[in-house]
Amino acid sequence: MNHLIILPILLPLLVGGFFLLRPKLSSTATRVVSLAATWALVPLAALLLMRADSGQIDVYALGGWAPPFGIVLMLDRLSALMLVVAAVLASFAVLYATRGDDRRGPDFHALFQFQLLGINGAFLTGDLFNLFVFFEILLIASYSLLLHGGGADRVRAGTHYVVLNLVGSSFFLIGIGTLYGLLGTLNMADLATKVASADPERAPLLAAAGFLLLVVFGLKGAILPLYFWLPRAYAASSAPVAALFAIMTKVGLYAIIRLFFLVFGSEAGPLANLVLPWLWPIAAVTLAIAVIGALAARDLRITLGYLVVVSVGTLLAGVALGTAEGLSAALFYLIHSTWVAGGLFLLADLVARQRGKVGCELACGPKLRNPMLLGGLFFVGAVSIAGLPPFSGFLGKVMLLQATPVGYQALVIWPVVLVGGLGMVIALARAGSTLFWRMSCSPLETADLDRVRLVATAGLLLGSPLLVVFAAPVHAYVQATARQLLDLAPYFSIVGGQGI
Amino acid sequence: MEILFSVTLGILVASGVYLLMRARIYPVVMGLTLISYAVNLFLFAMGRLNTGTPAVIGKSAEYGDPVPQALVLTAIVIGFAMTAFVVVLSLRALGELRSDHVDGEEPRE
Repeated sequence: MNHLIILPILLPLLVGGFFLLRPKLSSTATRVVSLAATWALVPLAALLLMRADSGQIDVYALGGWAPPFGIVLMLDRLSALMLVVAAVLASFAVLYATRGDDRRGPDFHALFQFQLLGINGAFLTGDLFNLFVFFEILLIASYSLLLHGGGADRVRAGTHYVVLNLVGSSFFLIGIGTLYGLLGTLNMADLATKVASADPERAPLLAAAGFLLLVVFGLKGAILPLYFWLPRAYAASSAPVAALFAIMTKVGLYAIIRLFFLVFGSEAGPLANLVLPWLWPIAAVTLAIAVIGALAARDLRITLGYLVVVSVGTLLAGVALGTAEGLSAALFYLIHSTWVAGGLFLLADLVARQRGKVGCELACGPKLRNPMLLGGLFFVGAVSIAGLPPFSGFLGKVMLLQATPVGYQALVIWPVVLVGGLGMVIALARAGSTLFWRMSCSPLETADLDRVRLVATAGLLLGSPLLVVFAAPVHAYVQATARQLLDLAPYFSIVGGQGI
Repeated sequence: MEILFSVTLGILVASGVYLLMRARIYPVVMGLTLISYAVNLFLFAMGRLNTGTPAVIGKSAEYGDPVPQALVLTAIVIGFAMTAFVVVLSLRALGELRSDHVDGEEPRE
């Protein structure tokens, strides 16, 4: 048994717990510890990624209880990939936060670590109830992080976010309870074997539980009609928190992929590929509505919030195809959209800082002190997220369009993705031209550009060209991931003691 | 027993949903609490409703399923923490927004 797997959970847990003890550290020391702990996750996740790339599924039985009886952690290519994406995003977000955003409220770094604990745990667990627990951990940390800094806007957006997610948690428990009541297990691999051999009479109840869980993950993933909380919540939160939240919708999508390809996957008898026929029309409508929202937004941060929803729709379209090509396109797009959206949220804050009271509102504001630099970064981010060449969004979209089989689906997905791309270009061009060109003459005196913040922002946005340069190995990896997800036999063999 | 139990859960959830729709913080918190009660009872019932079956093997011929009891304990703890958080948040909202509506402002008539 390799203990490396549990480290991405233990490290944030211990560091976060350490901060809660309120050690008498100077603020510099606190920042150094937090930075070190977060950056340490990157090599750790990379190590796990290399380990997972051998194609083996690692199972870590907590307390030595063999599955299906104990709780297990499970590391396959998909979880390793998600860990890397989250670790990179978090390390730049925390770097940005150390320049002052962490002092706007108490316990920022502790909450940040607990948020990472929840995210990493959700990616690693192989047990459905454990997934619920990690979801709650990441949620309660995100509630507090969303409110970090205080203010009426945050409280208003936070109330919606908290109440909606509490209702979602209730649904989650009902779904889990129904599955347990029918199948008598919570281990995902074991659930998959039990669903495959379930009595057909119980299929409708199992399907009901599956759809309940889809609603829950759809709420986390901000899928239509459950995305209304997202733009306001993301726009209200402070910049590093908004950047970190770029991974939160992906946690929902990860759970959808995990549950509906493993438990209700191709082997599930009458319930095989339960939700896929539902997913892709939802994906198309989510994408279309979110583009309209982005066009209507009057604040750059709201626009970016809608662009996150657009990326969710695009991703979901790839997932809904249910093929290895569709999945690998979706995963490639996931890496790209998480980093670029995070970078754009940080950039929006940099711009807002130079515009004083006007902030990110799309209106005439004071002249920026560094219009070329910020404008250039915005251009890179916008081109990338709108899916134009030469950046990574373009590659992701091309892969998705190529993966769509000719026929009914292509007839829906192609126009929605392409026209949606045009809508995004228009929305971002309007936002960019207002922010960078429609300026009154005098710049604000007090708005110097902070170097560290700039590095954090540029670092995330740089992920996009890097993804293009290293597209071949990344593509090979996501393709292997997709193939692994669709081949269920190794997962089934987890139950019964193999692989420990 | 099952019918009585399910009717109880139904009433709890229905009242909870009704209170949620009131869109005022206090009824919303009460509604969330009622729903989480119903959910906890539901989880509990997933181990089947029996009497006289301890959740320990060897004490009697029949034994109850201990897993739902463990699950429901976890769910109660988490639900309690979440409710506490909502209560604090709503107090904060009342102070910041001067309104107990969940939108933070009085609805326009």
